[in-house]
Amino acid sequence: MNFSEVFKQSNQLCKVSPDGKYLATCVQYRLVVRDVSTLQILQLFTCLDQISHMEWSSDSLFILCAMYKRGLVQVWSLEQPDWHCKIDEGSIGLVSSRWSPDGRHVLNTTEFHLRITVWSLCTKAVSYIKYPKACQKGIDFSRDGCYMALAERRDCKDYVSVFVCDDWHLLRHFETETQDMGGLEWSPNGCVLAVWDSCLEYKVLLYSLDGRLLSTYSAYDWSLGVKSVTWSPSSQFLAIGSYDEKVRILNHITWKKIAQFDHPATINSSKAVVYKEVEKRPAVVNDDLSLHNITIGATLFNTQSKYEICPLPVQIPVTKPDPDRANPKIGVSTLAFSSDSRFLATKNAGIQVQSLSWHCSGDSLVLLGKEQLCICYMDTDQEDT
Amino acid sequence: MGEWWTSVPTETSIGNYDISTISHVTMSPSRQNNLVSMYSSVPLSKSSYSVISAFCTEDNIPHCILYINQELASLGLSSTCIEASSPGGAGLSTVPALNAMYEVLQIHRRNMCTLEELEKEQLKKSSTLEHIQMSNSRLKDQLELSIREKSGLHETERQLQLKIKTLQNCLKTEKDEVQKLQSIIASRASQYSHDAKRKEREAAKLKERLSQLLVDRKDKKLAIDVLNCLGRSDGKRSHWKTVKVTASHEGEMYKSLLSDYEASQKSLLLENTELKKVLQQMKKEMIHILSPCRSSNRGATANDSLEQVDSDGEEKTGDCSRETLDQSCEHAREQLTNSIRQQWRKLRNHMEKLDSQASQAQNQLQSNKELIPRETHEDEMERMRCEVQQCREFIHAQQLLLQQQLNTSFDDETAALLNDCYTLEEKERLKEEWRLFEEQKRNFERERKNFTEAAIRLGREKRAFEEDRASWLKNQFLTMTPFTDRRRCSSSDGQSALSIRSEPEMRMSSTKAELSKSSTYATFSTPKPSQSAGVPSTNELYRMLRLIPDSSSSRHSNRGHWRESSSIEDGDRLAQAKNRVRSSDLSIFSLGEDENIIT
Repeated sequence: MNFSEVFKQSNQLCKVSPDGKYLATCVQYRLVVRDVSTLQILQLFTCLDQISHMEWSSDSLFILCAMYKRGLVQVWSLEQPDWHCKIDEGSIGLVSSRWSPDGRHVLNTTEFHLRITVWSLCTKAVSYIKYPKACQKGIDFSRDGCYMALAERRDCKDYVSVFVCDDWHLLRHFETETQDMGGLEWSPNGCVLAVWDSCLEYKVLLYSLDGRLLSTYSAYDWSLGVKSVTWSPSSQFLAIGSYDEKVRILNHITWKKIAQFDHPATINSSKAVVYKEVEKRPAVVNDDLSLHNITIGATLFNTQSKYEICPLPVQIPVTKPDPDRANPKIGVSTLAFSSDSRFLATKNAGIQVQSLSWHCSGDSLVLLGKEQLCICYMDTDQEDT
Repeated sequence: MGEWWTSVPTETSIGNYDISTISHVTMSPSRQNNLVSMYSSVPLSKSSYSVISAFCTEDNIPHCILYINQELASLGLSSTCIEASSPGGAGLSTVPALNAMYEVLQIHRRNMCTLEELEKEQLKKSSTLEHIQMSNSRLKDQLELSIREKSGLHETERQLQLKIKTLQNCLKTEKDEVQKLQSIIASRASQYSHDAKRKEREAAKLKERLSQLLVDRKDKKLAIDVLNCLGRSDGKRSHWKTVKVTASHEGEMYKSLLSDYEASQKSLLLENTELKKVLQQMKKEMIHILSPCRSSNRGATANDSLEQVDSDGEEKTGDCSRETLDQSCEHAREQLTNSIRQQWRKLRNHMEKLDSQASQAQNQLQSNKELIPRETHEDEMERMRCEVQQCREFIHAQQLLLQQQLNTSFDDETAALLNDCYTLEEKERLKEEWRLFEEQKRNFERERKNFTEAAIRLGREKRAFEEDRASWLKNQFLTMTPFTDRRRCSSSDGQSALSIRSEPEMRMSSTKAELSKSSTYATFSTPKPSQSAGVPSTNELYRMLRLIPDSSSSRHSNRGHWRESSSIEDGDRLAQAKNRVRSSDLSIFSLGEDENIIT
């Protein structure tokens, strides 16, 4: 595997454009746009303050840079570098900023979640949405970009508002049966909205696009509940990861559980194959360090690692979290379906993996750890899921 | 003496009083005996004569006296003995007789006393014995009672122990549950407190901001500053918000929902039909499986077969009629599932029967070779597998040996010779190839030299050409007339293009036709065989052009494949190399190709 040289960035703001041609990175208050194939700098923009958040528009023509401390948002154009746009939220402050799916509106969430301001870059018009809810995932756009679902809270009750992204017209507004909504997510076909409660209660509600409650699912009471939720790309399955280290999968016809997966610390199933990375480091001689300095440097880079299959049962090294703290680091924190819905990758929070994502073809998976990068290829001949 | 007493009552000649006394004597051997003896002593004296007279008569007085003296002596009264008053007389000396009687009476009294005492003792002892027996029995009863009580208490103790255990278990489970609930409560509490703290912090920030705003008062207006408004992403104009628009939004939403429902329903229908097909298939197969067995099974299955015939008939007709109906009809669905269930039950029963038959047969006909029990069957299989494996190994070994045999059919020397021959042949081939390779290399070196020379020449020529062109242009410009020249020039455009590419000898003749069009120079390096003019040089040009791409392409392939050793290709390349050598004049063009391809 070849790697390019290291480029500077700040705040982990480094994104490839949706059409895959450009790479944008933020370095302090500068925005650097590079060509993906040659990595040459195409554009360089300077913002007024350190950039807190950066996002590409869906048509890859514009980049949004948000500076939360100053309450400013600046939008840059790739086609016309001279074009500029600055949105100042004023004294009301700025907590988060994002694009609308059509790439022509900017949604700013003000401080304390007092309201969401919708700025139109086409008409310079402003709209306000009141009482947005501050939760794990309060806004979601449907995949085709037609609808936006927003979680609201008024008078100690949770509501969901569905807006048409075309003209920000309120299509539906309904109350949800949650105690304290934790988040919401559209299904990929845009017809079902999954709403889940905060971790104090295990409750997943499914609403249809027009606001009818289709089904409720609750696996157990009292213990800490839902941690992460994801839809399969075909909208047929909904995977729910919870704090009891289990993943439950619901099907879209009956909304009942069809499968449940555990994350035991010891793997004993005969169907599982465990690969363990074994590193062979050549031994470093300690006495003649001065003479061996150069060779040490060389040998450290020459570590060969290969994977060998471990015999079952295998004990996975897991870091035990502190159960007394709030939002404990236990439970299934990341879920990802492969693009053909054949595989589901899940990560239990005790394992030191920062992120995982599937390749769009659905047969390989990239795992990012603190110091390691791992690419797993799935054998698509096998039938096991 | 005892004998004598007993013989007394037989004499009934004694008076009534006597009989009564005698009966008294016989009745009470104990206490009454004393009284009787008292009573009897008085009448005894009266009747003593009658009694004694039986013992002693006038005749046997000395005998009696002797006898009595003997008796007295035996009693221990040897001192007193009876004497006769006169020898041979019938009288008795009274004093010794009285003493003897007195002694005997004393003895008798003493005996009576001891008898009384003994009787008293006996009474006492018997009463104590009775007493002891009673107490013994009482104690026994008590003991039994207490033993029973003890066992009862044991029983209750055991039950209580059991209860204690169960209660302890309950307690443990309850404790565990309490623990679990406590941990849940703790985590919830920590979550709540965390949330509460977060909210408090936010409220504090709000308060702070509020106070800051109230103090500040100069409100920064929120504003947007855009250089110019953008168009919409989909290129259309934006619409006014009207009721129609909102209705259309609703319509859109419902449309999308409906389409999704339709799609899912379609897929579900498909799935349903598939499953129904499968079920139908299964049913048919089950019927098929069960029907041939009908003939083999007798007796118990007669009923089944009858049923089957009926159901088969019914189902066949049912099928025909049902398939014409809409398959999604609920009645049809039920019919199908019921029939499947029926068939499955039949199949199951059949299988069970077969199983029982098999086990029966196994039990009864163990020795029958046709019914092989499962274990032996498996053993056989194992054995056969081992055999097969062995055979395979054997065959493999044979093959190896055969191979070796073939290989070492010669003895060692010839084998070594053969090997040498092979290697020699290879060496020869390799030498040949190297030779060819060297030759090619030389050729290429030569060509490269030629090309470089040609390039240098070309450069020089180019420069000269440029100068010529410049001068010509100047001339042309100075001597230009509006119409005729231009026409001539345009007609000879194509020619000029060709002529530029033609051989350098022809270049001189075509300097006139050179124009300042950069496109022609652009076409200098790209061959365009499609340009057809009636100049004889084009055929040559074509040939050259065809040669040149061929050679260059073959050169490229050469660059890739130095190692190819087939002689045919060698010959080809050699020929081509010769061609190249011959066409050194054409090297300019090939160089041009080269340049083009390199860049």
